Amino acid sequence: MVRYIGHTPEEEASLLAAIGAPDFESLLEQVPAGLRIEGPLDLPPAMSEVELRRFLGGLAARNYDPNRTVSFLGAGMYDHAVPAAVDHLALRPEFYTAYTPYQAEVAQGTLAVILEFQTMICELTGLDVANASMYEGASAAAEALLLAHGATGRGRILVAGGVSPRVRGVLDTLLSSVGLAIEELPSDDGRVDLSSLRRLLGNGEPAAAVLVQQPGFLGLLEPLGEIGSLCAAHGRGAHLVASADPLSLGLLAAPGRLGATTVVGDLQPLGIPPQFGGPSGGYFASRREHIRRMPGRIAAETVDSLGRRGYTLTLQTREQHIRREKATSNICTNSGLMALRACVYLSLLGPRGLHEAAAQCVQRSHYALAQLEQVAGVQRAHGGPFFREFAVRLPVPAEALVARIHEQAGILAGVPLSRFVAARDRDLLVAVTEKRSKAEIDALVAAVRQALA
Amino acid sequence: MEFPEGLRYTRDHEWARGEKGEVVVGVTDYAQDQLGDVVYVELPAVGASVTGGEPFGSIEAVKAVADLNSPLSGEVVAVNDALADDPGLINRSCYGDGWMIRLKPSNQGELAQLLDAAAYRKLVEEL
Repeated sequence: MVRYIGHTPEEEASLLAAIGAPDFESLLEQVPAGLRIEGPLDLPPAMSEVELRRFLGGLAARNYDPNRTVSFLGAGMYDHAVPAAVDHLALRPEFYTAYTPYQAEVAQGTLAVILEFQTMICELTGLDVANASMYEGASAAAEALLLAHGATGRGRILVAGGVSPRVRGVLDTLLSSVGLAIEELPSDDGRVDLSSLRRLLGNGEPAAAVLVQQPGFLGLLEPLGEIGSLCAAHGRGAHLVASADPLSLGLLAAPGRLGATTVVGDLQPLGIPPQFGGPSGGYFASRREHIRRMPGRIAAETVDSLGRRGYTLTLQTREQHIRREKATSNICTNSGLMALRACVYLSLLGPRGLHEAAAQCVQRSHYALAQLEQVAGVQRAHGGPFFREFAVRLPVPAEALVARIHEQAGILAGVPLSRFVAARDRDLLVAVTEKRSKAEIDALVAAVRQALA
Repeated sequence: MEFPEGLRYTRDHEWARGEKGEVVVGVTDYAQDQLGDVVYVELPAVGASVTGGEPFGSIEAVKAVADLNSPLSGEVVAVNDALADDPGLINRSCYGDGWMIRLKPSNQGELAQLLDAAAYRKLVEEL
C-alpha cells in the first residue's frame, strides 16, 4: 500500500527516456560482469510498513523505559533527569536527520550551537579550548593520551585503578599500535595511592601522561588537587589527564584549575537518557598551547565580508581531510546530536541548576547508603568521599540479589561488580541520581531487606 | 613573480642563500602566492639536524598544509621567531623578513647543486 521508494515506475521511465538510457541496468555497464550479483539478494521478503512497525515495536517494547522503571544502574551510564525541552529541541528533524555539514559555513545554526557547547565545556573544565565534541568519553580519553604522547615525545602512561574497565579496554584497542606502555597506578582502598604516584612519577622513564577518572569507576572521588600538585612537582612535564563526569563539574572544582592539562569525559549525564548504552557524546578540552594537537572539529566566531558576525570551523589543517596521514586523529563522523542535547541541557539548567542537580546526587546517594548500611549484613565496600555511586558488600551473591529484587519489586537495584571483576561476586555498585525520590530509595532499601530475609 | 638572482632554488619552491659559511632558507614568491595567506609555520628547534630533500617543518594556509623540505643537510643554527606571531611575513617578504631557518651546512658543495634563478624561473613558467 505504501511505497518506500520515492519514484514511481512511470517517473523512472521518463527519467531514463530523458537521458536516452534503455533501462536501469544499462547505467551499470561500467561494473564488470564478474562482479555483479546474479538474481535476487538472499534476504527474507520485504515487510510492509505496518508489518515493520509491528516487528520493530515488539523489539523496542523489550527495553525498560527510564520514566517507568526505577533504576539504580550506573557503571558509566546514569538515569539522570532529562528536561522535556531537550527532547523538544533535539527531536526537531532539522537536527536529528542532519549529518555532518560538509559546507560547514552554510550551517550557521549548527556552528552557533557548537560554539556555545565549546564555551560551556571550557567553563566547566577551567581550560582554554574545547572541541566540537567526541564520539564518547572512552575514545576521548585515548585521544588525550595521544596528545600527551605527541606533545612530550614519551610513551609511558600511568593510569589510575579507578578508570573504568570499559575505558581501559578502549585504551588498549586504540593505543596498542602506537607503542604506548600503560602502567596501572596502585590503589589505596579504591583511590589513587599518592605515595606510589609520587614514586612512579619521579623514577624511571618520564611519563607522557597520568590518567585519572573523576569520580572513579567505584564512585569514589579522587584527590585531584593533590594529584595535580604531585604531577606539577614530580611529573617532569607529564600531562595530567582528567576524565571527569560533566554533571559532577557543577559541584567540584574545575580540573583545569587543579593542574589538569587536558580534561575529557562522557556527555551522557547531560540530557542524554541511558538508551541501552548509547549513543552518547564526549567532550575534550585542553590548554591553548596544545590547540594544534587537538582532535576533532573546532568552531569559531568570525566576521563576514560585510562585517557581520558569523561562525566557521577553524584550524582545519589539523584534520585528516587536509593533513592526511599526519593528521592528529582520524575522526570522520560525529555525535553532534548528543552534544546538542548536552548544550540544551546546560543552557536550561545554567550554573545554578547544574550545581543543584549535582548536589542532589550527593545528598540522595549518601541518604541511600546510610539506609542500606542499616540492613543487616550490608556494608560499604570502600571508604572515602563519593558523588553519586558507591559499592556495597552483601552477604549473598549480588547477581542473585539483583534478580530477586527485580522479580519482587520491579526495581533495577544496581550493577554486580562480578561483571567486571569475577572475584567481587558479593559486591554491588549502586548509583543514586537526582531523579531518585526518597520513596524510590526507601523502596530499594525495603526490597534489599526483604530479599535478604 | 620574483626570482632574485643571488639565490639558489629547489624544485619544491624553497630558496637558499649562502651567507658567511651558513645558509638561510625560505619559500619562494611562487610558493607563497599559491598558498595564499599563511596562518602558521611549524619550524624545527635550534640544534636540530636536517637532511637535504627531507621535511624540516610545515607551512599552513587556511585550507592547505605542506611540508617544508630542506634544500641541504646540516644543523639548524637559527630560527625566525618573528613568524610565530606574524606568519604573514612570508606572504609580504618571502625572501627578506619571511626567512625561516639558518643552517650550518654539512656539505658546502650541496648549495651549488641547486637550481639557479634562471633554471627555477623556467621551471615555474612551465607549471
